[in-house]
Amino acid sequence: MPTGNPKTIDQAFKDLREEARTRWEELRQTPGPKFRLGLATCGIASGALNTKVALEETLAERGIMAQIRTVGCMGHCYAEPLLVVENPGFPPLLYHQVSPGKAKMIVRSFLEGGDPLFEHVLGAMEENDMIPWIMDFPRFSNEVRVITALCGVVDPEEISDYIALGGYAALARALESEPEDLIRAVEEAGLRGRGGAGFPTGKKWRLCAQAAGKRKVVICNADEGDPGAYMDRTLLESNPHQVLEGMAICARAVGARRGIVYVRAEYPLAVRLITTAVQQAEKLGLLGESILGGDFSFHVQVFRGSGAFVCGEETALLRSIEGKRGMPRHRPPFPVQEGLEGLPTVINNVKTLASVPPIVEKGPKWFRGVGTPRSPGTAVFSVVGDVVHPGLVEIPMGTTLRSLIFDVCGGIPRRKSFKAVQIGGPSGGCLPEDFLDTPIDFDSLVEAGAMMGSGGMVVMDEDACMVDVARYFLDFTQKESCGKCTFCRIGTRQILEILERMTRGEGREEDLGLLETLADVVRRGSLCGLGKTAPNPVLTSLRYFREEYEAHVREKRCPSGTCRALTAFYIDLDLCARGCDACVGCCPVEAIFTTLNRKKGIDQTLCVKCGECVAACPEEYNAVKKVSPPHLAPIVERPPVQET
Amino acid sequence: MATIYIDDKAVEATPGDSLLSVCLKNGIYVPHLCYLEELKETPASCRLCFVEVEGEPAPVTACTTMVREDLRVRTDTPEVRRLQRAALRLLLSVHRVDCGRCPANKHCDLQRIAALLGTGLKPKNLALLLREPQVVRVHPLFDYYPNRCVLCGRCVRLCRERHAMPLLTFADRGFSTTVTFYGQGNSEEIPCADCRACVKACPVAALWPRDSDAPVPGGEEEPSPNTAGSDPAEAGP
Ligand SMILES: Cc1cc2nc3c(=O)[nH]c(=O)nc-3n(C[C@H](O)[C@H](O)[C@H](O)COP(=O)(O)O)c2cc1C
Repeated sequence: MPTGNPKTIDQAFKDLREEARTRWEELRQTPGPKFRLGLATCGIASGALNTKVALEETLAERGIMAQIRTVGCMGHCYAEPLLVVENPGFPPLLYHQVSPGKAKMIVRSFLEGGDPLFEHVLGAMEENDMIPWIMDFPRFSNEVRVITALCGVVDPEEISDYIALGGYAALARALESEPEDLIRAVEEAGLRGRGGAGFPTGKKWRLCAQAAGKRKVVICNADEGDPGAYMDRTLLESNPHQVLEGMAICARAVGARRGIVYVRAEYPLAVRLITTAVQQAEKLGLLGESILGGDFSFHVQVFRGSGAFVCGEETALLRSIEGKRGMPRHRPPFPVQEGLEGLPTVINNVKTLASVPPIVEKGPKWFRGVGTPRSPGTAVFSVVGDVVHPGLVEIPMGTTLRSLIFDVCGGIPRRKSFKAVQIGGPSGGCLPEDFLDTPIDFDSLVEAGAMMGSGGMVVMDEDACMVDVARYFLDFTQKESCGKCTFCRIGTRQILEILERMTRGEGREEDLGLLETLADVVRRGSLCGLGKTAPNPVLTSLRYFREEYEAHVREKRCPSGTCRALTAFYIDLDLCARGCDACVGCCPVEAIFTTLNRKKGIDQTLCVKCGECVAACPEEYNAVKKVSPPHLAPIVERPPVQET
Repeated sequence: MATIYIDDKAVEATPGDSLLSVCLKNGIYVPHLCYLEELKETPASCRLCFVEVEGEPAPVTACTTMVREDLRVRTDTPEVRRLQRAALRLLLSVHRVDCGRCPANKHCDLQRIAALLGTGLKPKNLALLLREPQVVRVHPLFDYYPNRCVLCGRCVRLCRERHAMPLLTFADRGFSTTVTFYGQGNSEEIPCADCRACVKACPVAALWPRDSDAPVPGGEEEPSPNTAGSDPAEAGP
């Protein structure tokens, strides 16, 4: 029996938890105002560090004793920097876009003056009869937080926060369970890999547990490289311990002693926080040699990847850790058979691993109660692009795209209409309006031609050109191809050539068929998942937005007016105001001239189509128009230069 | 021994051997570039040796398919040929077809595969994407011709297998991937003059001794137009 003395492990954990809870209670009981500031990368990018300084300075200046806790991301990117203020006598309030100035104001008006500045409040964190509760808003109430439950609540640099709120209890329990029971729990929960393909996690663990050999490895895949995706980074920055706990449970289940978190070096904060988390867990005996005094040991290292998208592919990831060129290899053998240095290896995504502690804690039945029968649990998406409330969202699987985009994320801003949603990043597809009622789960998305991917979602309004979107993604995959296999190395490049030709207005009739043929053979012929899925953006946009391709090729017209070579700006002389010069100064190439009757014209040979004049033209005139194809722009002659 | 069926022909083979190896030993030519019988691992990167295996929904690469009892294989189905032609055309779209002045002429694997597939040596309607420079002279003895190279990696793998301190490697990535030399510039200190495994194994003469007597390769010095095009496959840029 590999299990250690149960009493010792249980007692050791209870002691840790007691200490953590005492500390947490002390924090809660500290008199005076308390602040909680979101300091993940998203917050920092919006200036949260300056906010923190301003807050500290103002408090010191005013001689106010207050507690400031820094936490990770609360998921509301549109409202960063986010600050929760607990002022005695009021419910805790969530403030949005807290600039340094606003922070000062909050201290003076709210802490000193008792005015909560309602116009800056997003909502109250608790139900009360004074201020709307955040749960009254769909952006909050539609979420079900399993993976991100403690993001924005715990301080990622403070393991004791996590323990106080229930963390590592699942590990303590796992240490006293049989590995077989852990694998069965994950199987029964129906957990599927959140890294893209949705492979059953329990099955993966079982294969690894059954693989020959005593030395095994668990790897957490945090290479996350899809454009627009940042769920994994956020999780590592906001609650790294839940991921580590999942890894340790996995290690216990498959019999691994060694773990690696593979995180890209472009995520410096995530790297720092996960490294700190490992050290803290080791110090408390939750990782490392003889965990909680039992006979199970698990050592975790943090490995920084150099940022190649392809290194997220599991076999390339392994080679990259081994110090070789990050190139995928043929599977089988799968990593569970022959992984790192030939040892059986489980590779799981960050979110997959973070789903494990709740499953062990609350049981497979509970997990199955969330989501759909074939895709239980939740999905974490970073929703970006043309939505009112972009950010990190966790929803139950089976939620429809419509509900996510319109109910949770507030729909399309600026009164524009929805055009497409790109799911699954460069490996995924663009789905049109007809698919808005598709439930978000692994199988439905694949059926629609997209895929779950690792959770990036880009929403596009009517101004998006689907040919240009396809070009953008192929440009990405083409650059990120490792260059090993023929189809991916040359095929993606040839597809890109055609798409670029189309956006330049040089598309030929036969290009449509050629594009389809190439996309098909690249998909079927490529060695790894990168090449196999790279054509998806092209194939789906060709399927759902074919008329846009045809317009580019046949009429040299870009229906949304995005492709510069296919558009032109002109000034409607009926609308242009005589004597107004608003557009002239903003033109970077001096393409705007004054006509004989003192209106304005655009010299098409000079115009670079930056659109500055559109922005500059006063709203009441709205005289600058954009047309496609460009020859539709009426020709206005530049008057001859007057000799003086 | 196991009995497998290749194009309906019963063949005796050793379980665990690669199907490609068995085909080749039995005189059934399956197009391939990256596979080398003498090296244990195959990169499966050229994506040419597709075959259809009974029970598999789509063509698979023969170099990664292991012999097992009762394996039934077809090497010439329309889908197999379609993928092979597509791969070949992609390779030809980055290949400077100049057979008349190429030392690989008549021994060239691309010519052989093109003949088998009946495609000719033109990339059809794909853009021809050639690189500069045409010749890379970094290795003290061998020249590298990026517009001939098919990146099969035979040279890199052989070099790694033969020498404790390999001298060839892939550099750059994606479409810009090349084979490069990272040894010392001094020809006395490197084993290359005696080894030449890379040159011998190259299926397209992309690595070629600089001082050889071979026909002047289509290099920097452009010959006059009327001496060019001695080959029917001529399809210069
Ligand atoms: C080109 C490419 C990039 C990938 N990038 C990632 C990634 O960034 N993160 C990730 O977890 N999985 C990524 N994957 C999927 C992994 O290969 C692997 O399937 C996954 O890590 C398994 O974890 P899961 O079972 O928990 O989903 C990528 C796959 C491909 C083909």
